[in-house]
Amino acid sequence: MSPTAYLVVASLLFTLGAAGVLIRRNAIVVFMCVELMLNACNLAFVSFSRLNGSLDGQVMAFFVMVVAAAEVVVGLAIIVSIFRTRRSASVDDANLLKY
Amino acid sequence: MMGTASVLMSEPLLSQAALPGGATAATGAFSLLWLVIALPLLGALILLAGGRRTDAWGHLLATALPIVSFLLGTVMLFAMLGHDDTARTVGQHLYSWIPVAGFNVDVGLVVDPLSVAFVLLITGVGSLIHIYSISYMEHDADRRRFFGYLNLFIASMLLLVLADSYLLLYVGWEGVGLASYLLIGFWNYKPEYATAAKKAFIMNRVGDFGLSVAIMAMFATFGTVSIAGVAAGAPEATKGTLNLIGLLLLLAACGKSAQVPLQAWLGDAMAGPTPVSALIHAATMVTAGVYLIARAHAVFDLAPAAQTAVAIVGAVTLLFGAIVGAAKDDIKKSLAGSTMSQIGYMVLAVGLGPLGYVFAIAHLLTHGFFKANLFLSAGSVMHGMDDEVNMRRYGGLRKAMPLTFIAFIAGYLAILGIPPFAGFFTKDKIIEAAFDKGGAEGWIYGLAALFGAALTAFYMTRIVAMTFFGDKRWADEAHPHESPRLMTVPMLVLAFFSLVGGAMLILGGRFSTWLEPVFGPEPVVTHTIQPVVLTVVTLVAVLASAGLAFRTYAQQAVPATAPAGSFITVAARRDLYGDTVNEAVFMRPGQYLTRFLVFFDNRVIDATVNGLAALIGGLSSRSRRLQTGFARSYALSMFAGATLLIVAVVLVRI
Repeated sequence: MSPTAYLVVASLLFTLGAAGVLIRRNAIVVFMCVELMLNACNLAFVSFSRLNGSLDGQVMAFFVMVVAAAEVVVGLAIIVSIFRTRRSASVDDANLLKY
Repeated sequence: MMGTASVLMSEPLLSQAALPGGATAATGAFSLLWLVIALPLLGALILLAGGRRTDAWGHLLATALPIVSFLLGTVMLFAMLGHDDTARTVGQHLYSWIPVAGFNVDVGLVVDPLSVAFVLLITGVGSLIHIYSISYMEHDADRRRFFGYLNLFIASMLLLVLADSYLLLYVGWEGVGLASYLLIGFWNYKPEYATAAKKAFIMNRVGDFGLSVAIMAMFATFGTVSIAGVAAGAPEATKGTLNLIGLLLLLAACGKSAQVPLQAWLGDAMAGPTPVSALIHAATMVTAGVYLIARAHAVFDLAPAAQTAVAIVGAVTLLFGAIVGAAKDDIKKSLAGSTMSQIGYMVLAVGLGPLGYVFAIAHLLTHGFFKANLFLSAGSVMHGMDDEVNMRRYGGLRKAMPLTFIAFIAGYLAILGIPPFAGFFTKDKIIEAAFDKGGAEGWIYGLAALFGAALTAFYMTRIVAMTFFGDKRWADEAHPHESPRLMTVPMLVLAFFSLVGGAMLILGGRFSTWLEPVFGPEPVVTHTIQPVVLTVVTLVAVLASAGLAFRTYAQQAVPATAPAGSFITVAARRDLYGDTVNEAVFMRPGQYLTRFLVFFDNRVIDATVNGLAALIGGLSSRSRRLQTGFARSYALSMFAGATLLIVAVVLVRI
């Protein structure tokens, strides 16, 4: 089995995610792009796991999912709270913490 | 080491060498030796710690304690007379002070013919001055504190002369320095008096430095700091070491005894109350330098260069003090010049070696009597004249204050050396011994001492004439009156001893026999000039000079303000530029040095530190700007960083 196709897809997904994080202003979208990057990584992990016939990569993928789930809980809570106080979900508007 | 040392010992040192083992243990009357010091110390403690509660009776207690010490001293004198010459050195070990391996210092006292003479002088004159002060300080709100300090002084001075090691002597030495400082600045609400106290203290520190280094050098050389141990080890030390120790001890003596070049503090020390000037700055403390050199005679006898330096310092100071004393209009400062000059005589005498030790100590004792008497009389005059010290405001006081006049004249006759009064026996002996030194050296010392005697006659006659003779030049509100009994009686007692003290000590060689266990037998002298001739010459010089002064200051009118005077008078009024020299040599360069150091500190050290801090501060306030608050810009920098890392890893792999 050749991993090339899987890795190309993973790279594409990762690039889309990174571009989204840098370009989009809406916090929810930025958040989803982060998830996209994480899942691109998961895809690469699983492909290598399959390639090498060991379960390490799959275990790592589970860990990433768990961390991502926890992150979603905290992150969404922060975003909702910011939206309630400032009536905006733009990441550029939440810029009080600076020099 | 001790055994070989005593074999090698030259004759005059024998008795000292035997001291550590040879000092008789204190029994009988001598077992109370520690009390002599402890009593005044206790008095000082009670008065200073007791505060206002002791105001009512403090001065009586403080006067009684030195009197008890004096009686103890007298008992010891008689106990000593009952012993043989060899058993007259009595040691009392109190406790072990510094018991370290290789360095043992015990607190021990030693009383021998020399120190018993000092004990009697200190407690005797001290007691009389305490009695005098009861009346003199009567109207001072702080009389109790004054008496506390006086007792502290007496205790320290006794410790100084009874100590059996140089280290313990140093404790007493510092104690008298402290008491002197406290008493000069007793009226320290006047800024110039406080300055005078500071000046005395600081100039004394220079001398104390010499003493402390001398003690260290003694320990390094002899392995001990006990007086007897040093005397025993001296013959085995090299000349260079002994000269060094001798010169350091001389520095110490110069500071404490106001000898050139550390003389400038004594004139200003007259800021203290007059009884203090009489006790500390005339009779006792300032003679501590002479005592130190006489005590360390084992070192000086083997260190000719240091001994010559001592004699030169003495000869210079005796002229210096006399010239200053002759120009001052302030009666106390004039007497201070005289004190300096008379101590110069003593230092000259101890610098002559075995020829002069006995006469130095004899003159020290008689000087203690007559100078204390002169100061107390001067204090009595000031008391009657509303604290006026300018002699140009006195004149014709002999009728107003007859008893003071009699006491002053007794001191005057004693210091001039008119036979058969005290100075004739002690000061003229020093002049004689100076000539007997022989050679060019002897002539120089002798002529200096002779000229000093003539100057002494001049300035003393000037003081007497300006104060007691001539027209009344009193301030309008002055009503001179005789002082109360409490003041005149001590003066008259001292006056009595001023008159007969010299004859009591010197006639029949009594004092040199008495001090033989300390200084060794009297050396055989070959007279340069026959004593009779010298006595006549000295007397003629003294009388001529006194006559000149009397004609100038008693028979002619004394102007109320000082005339301009020749350049010598101007110089002498300014203490022969002693302060100017100190300012030019030490004060100004010191100030320039501190100014430079302040500049260096500000401009170099602080500038470096502050510059570094400013640089880092500036850098960080700029890099702070990177923290923009935009989450996406952080994400971009993370992305760029990650990309850079990957590129780097890839490049390294390839």
